[in-house]
Amino acid sequence: MKRIYIREEYCMGCRLCEIHCLVQHSKSREIIKAYKGEYPKPQPRLIVEEKGYLSFALQCRHCEDAPCLEACITGAMYRDRETGAVLCDEDRCVGCWMCIMVCPFGVISRNLEGKKVASKCDLCMGEETPVCVRNCPNEAIVYEEKT
Amino acid sequence: MAKKTVPSEFIIERDDEKCITCQVCCRMCSNDVHTYDPELDEVNSDSTKCVGCHFCEMLCPTGAITVKRNPSEFKINANWTARVINDITKQAETGGVLLTGMGCDRPYPIYWDHILLNASQVTNPSIDPLREPMELRTYLGRKPDRIELESSDDGPGIKTQLGTQLKLETPILFSAMSYGSISLNACISLARAATEAGTLYNTGEGGLHRDLYKYGQNTIVQVASGRFGVHKEYLEAGAAIEIKIGQGAKPGIGGHLPGEKVSEEISQTRMIPEGTDALSPAPHHDIYSIEDLRQLIFALKEATRYRKPVGVKIAAVHNVAPIASGIVRAGADFVAIDGIRGGTGAAPTVIRDNVGIPIELAIAAVDSRLREEGIRNQASIIAGGGFRNSSDVIKAIALGADAVYIATAALVAMGCHVCQKCYTGKCNWGIATQDPYLTKRLNPEIGTRRLVNLLRAWSLEIKEMLGGMGINAIESLRGNREQLRGVGLTDTDLKLLGIKPAGEAW
Amino acid sequence: MSRELVADRDYRVPAGCGIVGVMNQKGERFSGEAITKSIATMRERTNGLGGGFAAYGIYPDFKEFWCFHLLYDTQQAKLDTEEWLKVYYRIEKEEPIPTADVEAIEPRHHLWRYFLELRNHTEKEELKLTEEDLVINTVMKVNRDIEGAFVVSSGKNMGIFKGVGYPKDIARFYQLDRYEGYIWTAHGRFPTNTVGWWGGAHPFGILDWSVVHNGEISSYGINKRYLQNFGYHCTLFTDTEVMAYLFDLLVRKHRLSFEVVALILAAPFWEEIERLPDKERQFYSTLRSVYGSALVNGPFAVVVANSRTLVGLNDRIKLRPLVAAVKDDFVYIASEESAIREICPSPDRVWAPKAGEPVVGRLSV
Repeated sequence: MKRIYIREEYCMGCRLCEIHCLVQHSKSREIIKAYKGEYPKPQPRLIVEEKGYLSFALQCRHCEDAPCLEACITGAMYRDRETGAVLCDEDRCVGCWMCIMVCPFGVISRNLEGKKVASKCDLCMGEETPVCVRNCPNEAIVYEEKT
Repeated sequence: MAKKTVPSEFIIERDDEKCITCQVCCRMCSNDVHTYDPELDEVNSDSTKCVGCHFCEMLCPTGAITVKRNPSEFKINANWTARVINDITKQAETGGVLLTGMGCDRPYPIYWDHILLNASQVTNPSIDPLREPMELRTYLGRKPDRIELESSDDGPGIKTQLGTQLKLETPILFSAMSYGSISLNACISLARAATEAGTLYNTGEGGLHRDLYKYGQNTIVQVASGRFGVHKEYLEAGAAIEIKIGQGAKPGIGGHLPGEKVSEEISQTRMIPEGTDALSPAPHHDIYSIEDLRQLIFALKEATRYRKPVGVKIAAVHNVAPIASGIVRAGADFVAIDGIRGGTGAAPTVIRDNVGIPIELAIAAVDSRLREEGIRNQASIIAGGGFRNSSDVIKAIALGADAVYIATAALVAMGCHVCQKCYTGKCNWGIATQDPYLTKRLNPEIGTRRLVNLLRAWSLEIKEMLGGMGINAIESLRGNREQLRGVGLTDTDLKLLGIKPAGEAW
Repeated sequence: MSRELVADRDYRVPAGCGIVGVMNQKGERFSGEAITKSIATMRERTNGLGGGFAAYGIYPDFKEFWCFHLLYDTQQAKLDTEEWLKVYYRIEKEEPIPTADVEAIEPRHHLWRYFLELRNHTEKEELKLTEEDLVINTVMKVNRDIEGAFVVSSGKNMGIFKGVGYPKDIARFYQLDRYEGYIWTAHGRFPTNTVGWWGGAHPFGILDWSVVHNGEISSYGINKRYLQNFGYHCTLFTDTEVMAYLFDLLVRKHRLSFEVVALILAAPFWEEIERLPDKERQFYSTLRSVYGSALVNGPFAVVVANSRTLVGLNDRIKLRPLVAAVKDDFVYIASEESAIREICPSPDRVWAPKAGEPVVGRLSV
């Protein structure tokens, strides 16, 4: 499957990926409105890790052997048959946070916007390229099929 | 008296309606212009620190930032301009030489803008480069005046031995920029782009980083007065060797890479201790005369067993033509001439802006002189110094250059906004810096792509212009000053450039 | 001193043209009638502002002497020139070039010819010059420095006859039916402005070279400067002059064959060169990189002759017409096939040479 790969050597730490991820997962999907007019504030589905000059954007790896799938008690966490992405069915999620506990990358977080559910990268379903990739000014995040 | 009196050069306008306080600007500005106030949830900008590089403006996701020139005006005075007053103020404060980066920005005449090209009409068909072959390939190096043939069973052969020639697919090379003055990522971008586009880049006096040896076939290795990074493998690694005597931005001046920039990698590449200043002397201390240059040329030829063309780079100064002639007679295979608008990582402003001559006049003088002496074939001429676009390049070739060196244009392609602060080492674009926070901002894949695009775009434009003149090979334009006409130039200018005024027929 | 600017003497005029060359490879001589008929066929290619002929083998009784055809504007020019010539040469014979009254031709110059023998001059010894070099120097000197004098041709046993008018009238004016030669070339000109000076017509000649040329050279500026390197001064502003000097330089001085010269003047493209086997590729690349400034760019069809050869050549993308034919010992080269068939109705073979492919007729005796 096509995956998001990170190239930390080119990550500038500007966090534009985070900003665009937030907008993409906001109600309005308009940047100024998302930041200034939506409460609670929308959440990005990725995090930027930084230590010294090293930084990189991290989002769900959509693991082949995904522990969150095993841990999910309601079956809300599922693998999309077509794309192979690991997604969360928010209607079935009860917010038990087991997925957060088991995720080895720490890229699932609590959704603070409304219903108590897990919030994670959905590869911007419906977009040709995830917005973090499209908006990275230095091509430090790429979306590609690697063999 | 107030301690600091130089007003800020730029002011930052922030549209608060648009600012979402995402703090990209705060994170990205290496000059700490933008700061976030968490109590007020506001981003503030200190314009006095802004260098005008536009990095924040480019990254701001809502377009809330505009960098403008500070409209604050001094009393109008043709003599005591803002620049003059500010320079004096700075010197009164520091007691030092004013430093700057990039090429001369003073409004001396740019002759390119007073030279017009020809095109065919009726009597001679123009050629469409989209439909017909259009050749830009150029060979640099010493050539004999004539060749002698020998016949053998499988057709004619050539008895005359030709020295190694540098093959260029387009007559544009990347000029010398050292690893140290620019980041390794910038060097990698140049090296890869040169390889992809079939041309050469130049190491400057920075040595050759071990990761760059693989691009050797597209590398000109430089030997300059500090001899940094020069050793046998280095000389063997490149396609050609260039002895740097001078540079357009600072003729007669050496170089100085401050110790802070001499990182471990740079120290290894330049072969100097980490953290020590890298000082290139003003002259080569083994070249005090032309015969000394000859010795160095032949020492380098010997060292590389006469397999590599050896060229000499000089700044365009008043006596450039006789000097170039001497260089050719001293055995150089190419002469690189760098005009007053040539760039630098750091130079005293007063030198950059007042020493040397424009490259246009230097090309004309050198080409004519070498022809008068009948030695034009013996060496190629590479011209550098402020080439801005394809028309500058084609005009330089018509004046008599074999090829053109570009550096500032290459940096601009990689992001540079010519803020002239290279010497601070804080380049936000990740080019003129060794700061690991900043160097990673130049992704060499992007850098390479953009440089290759630039060369491609210029080459296509050159082909269009050539075709318009009814010429389908660049060598038929080289030195073909009949294709140029001057507009708004004095008789003396025209004479020096060797071109006719616009309006005059053949 | 103010003097009216004259096309080709003081500035360059582009021109379209018709050209013809005929050669008998056994050296059998024939009169100028045939070539006159041939060039007259292509009247559409000319506008009456220039015509001329070159003929080889026409002075068998003086074949050891340098024959100079001169154009003089004034008597003074003649005196000045002769004074100069006498320094270097012994004049075996001098006479006006015979002409006939032709209504369409308005004679503008004194036309004179000299048969000269070079003296053993110290300059020749000191500077290690060949006889040919000295003759070139003389021609350069006269054309550049003597006001109102112009050397039209300067070879042995050959001459150039040219002027302002249609080629047919020029032929009658010079009575070319009375001359017999084994190579004839002719030119009809279509210059793009009025030309008052006869020197501007073609053929152009230096030593025993003659060139008739249809084209405009876009590389003129660099070809001219390249030739200056080797002591050729383009005193006229004609592309044809450049062509003649290039042939002289490459064939006489650099001793290259016409086939190799064609590869220089109308060089093949790099793309074609890349496809050749190693040795040839190197040969072609070297030729191009050494002789890049001699590449003649822009449209041309040219017929060049010397005492032993007739050569036709097109530019590298064939932007001007050129047709060749052979019949027995005769070689024909012309802008149009009609011009050949006019005088040789059924040739053994007629073909259109490809771009850059030379047609070479050689004297076999």
